[in-house]
Amino acid sequence: MIDRIAALGRGTLDVLMAIGRAGLFLVQSVFCLPSREGFYLWVRQMHFVGVMSVAIVLVSGLFIGMVLALQGYTILVGFGADEALGQMVALSLVRELAPVVAALLFAGRAGSALTAEIGLMKATEQLTSMEMIGVDPLRRIVAPRLWAGFVSLPILTVIFAVVGIWGGHLVGVDWLGVYDGSYWSNMQDSVDFVGDVLNGMVKSLVFGLVVTWIAVFQGYDLVPTSEGISRATTRTVVYASLAVLGLDFVLTALMFGDFG
Amino acid sequence: MKRNSVLELGVGLFMLAGILGLVFLGLRVSGLGVGVPQNTFTLTANFANIGGLRPQAKVTMSGVRIGKVTDIELDPKWFDAKVTMQIDSQFDGKLSDDTTAAILTAGLLGEQYVGLTVGGSPKMLHDGDVIHDTQQALVLEQLIQQFVSNMAK
Repeated sequence: MIDRIAALGRGTLDVLMAIGRAGLFLVQSVFCLPSREGFYLWVRQMHFVGVMSVAIVLVSGLFIGMVLALQGYTILVGFGADEALGQMVALSLVRELAPVVAALLFAGRAGSALTAEIGLMKATEQLTSMEMIGVDPLRRIVAPRLWAGFVSLPILTVIFAVVGIWGGHLVGVDWLGVYDGSYWSNMQDSVDFVGDVLNGMVKSLVFGLVVTWIAVFQGYDLVPTSEGISRATTRTVVYASLAVLGLDFVLTALMFGDFG
Repeated sequence: MKRNSVLELGVGLFMLAGILGLVFLGLRVSGLGVGVPQNTFTLTANFANIGGLRPQAKVTMSGVRIGKVTDIELDPKWFDAKVTMQIDSQFDGKLSDDTTAAILTAGLLGEQYVGLTVGGSPKMLHDGDVIHDTQQALVLEQLIQQFVSNMAK
């Protein structure tokens, strides 16, 4: 009995310590002084984290827009409201689907790679050797990756939304025959730049922060064995996806929920 | 760290794509105007009930879009809704002063917009004028209420 209580307390303390380490880790690595070399490191990571994720974001954005238009059309045409297709596609993409799906893809594509990379560096004691020669690994390894994640996810989200709206246009207008003018004008009437587009951007900024933070921290904090790396990579994808979905509900409730 | 110009070019294109995408979302998707607003003139109309009309809703004549609703507020004098509209300036002085404004619904469940219908008066509406003849939005509950009370008789 006593053993169980002790185990519970140990577990709670472990979780609290992990949260504390993650918080300190974030603060220490985000507020690194920018330098010329740091900028080049950041550009390199932007390429790895952002540019290399463009292909998957383009393809999934296109298909999600096309599916939205197809599904939306079959529902809306029943009410004789197929003119509202543009509004439906644009609002669901800009407010919800683009930030969330882009963040989930980002966690799978870039997050897992970040964890595995940093984890292998730790397992092969590259991080320790860096400290030995007086290079701060937080500054050299972690900070450029964190910043690349913050910056690239909003950009990926914008690309996702644009491609999705274009895909919806492809299916709705070119294929199903919704009038082109009403597709765009209904969209322009209902989408608000600050209320919808910028709120979607705020969401993706938050997701970018959380996903990269989880990915990089899991890599930095793992048990340096091959099993530890595989576990940490799995944890990154699971935790990041859950955090994105949970935070999405909270952010949506705050932005659109009329709790004023 | 060695610089790599191909890599920098890729990242630059990536960030440019993001900015262009945001511009597209602003201009094409949410219909923001750039710089100088288009030539418009302002009309106001008081409605007893605006239903679900919102700012940015379109103003049409014979179904053709000629302007948009810019502002909706409660008129403290009459306690009805004062709707401010911006109409394309090519119609300035072309609409007769007995033009009627009605709040219509696109389709059964679509969004609400303002429909204008010209009258036959020789006097014309100019910037800042008020449309007096208005028709309030159709509120489904009121219709049902009327229907039920007629049935009861």
